Amino acid sequence: MSIPKEHDYIGLSENSPMERISDKLSSSSSSSSTLSTEENSNINKNSLNLKETELRLGLPGSQSPERKPLPGVSLFGKDIDTNTNGYSLSPLKNLVSGAKRGFSDAIDGSSGKWVFSVNNGSDAGLNKGAVLFSPRGDNGNTQKSSVCGPAKKEVVGVITQSPKPVQEKNSQVSGANENNNAPASKAQVVGWPPIRSFRKNTMASNLTKNNEEAEGKSGFGCLYVKVSMDGAPYLRKVDLKTYTNYVELSSALEKMFSCFTIGQCGSHGFPGRDGLSETCLKDLLHGSEYVLTYEDKDGDWMLVGDVPWEMFTDSCRRLRIMKGSEAIGLAPRAMEKCKNRN
Amino acid sequence: MDPYSKRKKELPERPPESTRPSPFPDEVLELVLGLLKSNKDRSSVSLVCKDWYNAESWSRTHVFIGNCYSVSPEIVARRFPKIRSVTLKGKPRFSDFNLVPRNWGADIQSWLVVFASKYPFLEELRLKRMTVTDESLEFLALNFPNFKALSLLSCDGFSTDGLAAIATHCKNLTELDIQENGIDDKSGNWLGCLPENFSSLEVLNFANLNSDVNFDALERLVSRCKSLKVLKVNKNISLEQLQRLLVCTPQLTELGTGSISQELTERQYTELENTFKHCKNLDTLSGLWEVMTPYLPVLYPACTNLTFLNLSYAALQGLELANLLRHCPQLRRLWVLDTVEDKGLEAVGSNCPLLEELRVFPADPFDEEIVHGVTEAGFVAVSYGCRRLHYVLYFCRQMTNAAVATIVQNCPNFTHFRLCIMNPGQPDYMTNEPMDEAFGAVVKTCSKLQRLSVSGLLTDLTFEYVGRYAKNLETLSVAFAGTSDWGMQCVLGGCTKLRKLEIRDCPFGNAALLSGLEKYESMRSLWMSSCNVTMNGCRLLAREMPRLNVEVMKEEGSDDSQADKVYVYRSVAGPRRDAPPSVLTLSGI
Repeated sequence: MSIPKEHDYIGLSENSPMERISDKLSSSSSSSSTLSTEENSNINKNSLNLKETELRLGLPGSQSPERKPLPGVSLFGKDIDTNTNGYSLSPLKNLVSGAKRGFSDAIDGSSGKWVFSVNNGSDAGLNKGAVLFSPRGDNGNTQKSSVCGPAKKEVVGVITQSPKPVQEKNSQVSGANENNNAPASKAQVVGWPPIRSFRKNTMASNLTKNNEEAEGKSGFGCLYVKVSMDGAPYLRKVDLKTYTNYVELSSALEKMFSCFTIGQCGSHGFPGRDGLSETCLKDLLHGSEYVLTYEDKDGDWMLVGDVPWEMFTDSCRRLRIMKGSEAIGLAPRAMEKCKNRN
Repeated sequence: MDPYSKRKKELPERPPESTRPSPFPDEVLELVLGLLKSNKDRSSVSLVCKDWYNAESWSRTHVFIGNCYSVSPEIVARRFPKIRSVTLKGKPRFSDFNLVPRNWGADIQSWLVVFASKYPFLEELRLKRMTVTDESLEFLALNFPNFKALSLLSCDGFSTDGLAAIATHCKNLTELDIQENGIDDKSGNWLGCLPENFSSLEVLNFANLNSDVNFDALERLVSRCKSLKVLKVNKNISLEQLQRLLVCTPQLTELGTGSISQELTERQYTELENTFKHCKNLDTLSGLWEVMTPYLPVLYPACTNLTFLNLSYAALQGLELANLLRHCPQLRRLWVLDTVEDKGLEAVGSNCPLLEELRVFPADPFDEEIVHGVTEAGFVAVSYGCRRLHYVLYFCRQMTNAAVATIVQNCPNFTHFRLCIMNPGQPDYMTNEPMDEAFGAVVKTCSKLQRLSVSGLLTDLTFEYVGRYAKNLETLSVAFAGTSDWGMQCVLGGCTKLRKLEIRDCPFGNAALLSGLEKYESMRSLWMSSCNVTMNGCRLLAREMPRLNVEVMKEEGSDDSQADKVYVYRSVAGPRRDAPPSVLTLSGI
């Protein structure tokens, strides 16, 4: 299954992937740049790029490549400017925290099975790096391919046959938008969604207040982090302080997101359009399709379970339940781990 | 000179009594017609015959002008000599969303100048999407001694200085209603400009202002104005201050609170509770702003007779909403934020059987990361519980055709169906199909539909449905939809009652635009932006239809042949002469 270049968001297929991607992002045009999250290349490309995706540990004090996740910014795209050599842990590059145990290992021996993780021991699930997630929706048709399915996070003004510049027109925007703390970094469609400025500004300033309060609260007995799951239309928040170990967290998340996995099972009766159907979604709840990752204080994405619970709650900024096949870089390391253990 | 003799001079000579069609003297006719309030009825009446036309003109005291450029103030004054109340709307609706250049027009000043000489006894002015400067407000305050009621909604160009001028000079002010405007909030003590003995105020709404007002002046004002029925304060008014205000105003029917976020002592809480117990006349409650939810119950006693609850600036959770709604048995209209989520909407369905209108606004519309919000499930839940629902505005991030079909099956009486799936062009998330069938269901089932806003992935099929079934449709808003000119042609050809059509980012071009040639004179206006219309198409339209104003707004750096934004409207006043350089007037060429 070949993936059209324009949708090969990760850019692992062709030359100079990083430049292409940053070009695409910076142009913020209204061409249907569907930023498919499941864009993976085939096995060959994976093996080619394993070198690049190989994680190198930096010594304490060494610099991680810059990563500036902005509030409300989608995971998928803004951190492209990081270098490929090393520590960047964007799931897009199929990197996962290196040289650490898989999460499943962490809870080996404890009663609960982390349902979202790779099957214990068996990395067969992850070797579905062979599995290709074709971008959802119809690639060829510019009119329809823009947004399909709830996982689409970035919409850059779509559908019209004549691409129109979509940057926020500052001259037209009344000074009102200055208060809006979310969007400056994102390519937004002007005047969409259709909400009056007064309301936009009021909500934006409320949001800043809430965020500030939330951050302040983390020392005071609750620690809310956002949890997103690939394919789910909206994210949830959990208070990490209400759990005492990974098992509790995992079962809580399972409960929270089970409705989405069921929804997706429902949708794969429609083959062809939805790439997911081609990857045989098995029993998602117990399947091993998902891996739980988190973003730490440094902005790096790690597998949940690597570190002691307290350290985890101290450093975790947010959680993401991602498709196992995205955590492709985990495979070789996990195999190494197995080797080492055996 | 008394009005009667003046009129005798101006009218053509009356035919002798025996041949006159009407047995009534004009005075009687005017008295009778003076009782007519509905604009539609008045329009019909004026078409009966010349006598009735004249009688209607002379007996009319209120005029509504939906597009300020469709007519000139002189023409209005000539036709209706005895107007005391004017409602004017200016800019195209998409100006609310920053799609219209700042200096586009719709300035009230030229109207005020004419009114000052023709309607010196003007009492009420209600403006929507007009540009209003401080100078205009001062002019208004100084030139109309009987002026009573000012309402500004979604206007821009003025500051609190202008409000100060109104407060200072309008001795008979009964209504000051400032809503969702682009105000230059200079703070200052505009409220304190109201004279100390001033007591006629009935409506005061300054919820829109971000700056502080002089609370002492407000408190004194409120205690003097025994007829005050509507009081909506801004979020800077604390709970304690609100309590002091409410003590003076037991007769309030509409209340907009300040923030419910101040720490209260137990005694203060009890006092507040008691105060709200006495607010039995409230039918409308709004405000709340930042809410400390443990204090919400303080409002419960005031909710017994509420028919309109506006929580659209209060980020409540589902449970909080549920608890509140249990105390609002009479609710007809509800506005909320999507922080209440589907759980909150389920509570709406369970607790509000009389609900007629629901609006769900997004708390965080620009967070493209997956966030909380409402889904199709919430909407469906409401439809099962609220069978009288006929007005909905719903912002969501996912929807299905099946859900919409269920919703309209439960609530077939929709007159206003405005659905905004926030990701442009998003299909049914379960089936990945376009949302055509959803809107097809709406127009097929809801025969009374007057207003429709569509969203999601839509092909021309949606518009085929609309054209075929939506025979009562008056307003249609379209964004990021359609496949070809055919879609728009279906709408223009099929929707006989269409008055307002606004389109953005759709693949409709000249063929579509020109297919409505004959139709636009029966409509108020057409807006098309970021479509495929060219300058030549617009010129052709302007040439063929001289009574339409065809205006093109050019964007910087765009192709010369493209007509980026087109605004077409009928007018008896000819092309306007106050357009800024960025607006090309193609009419009259």
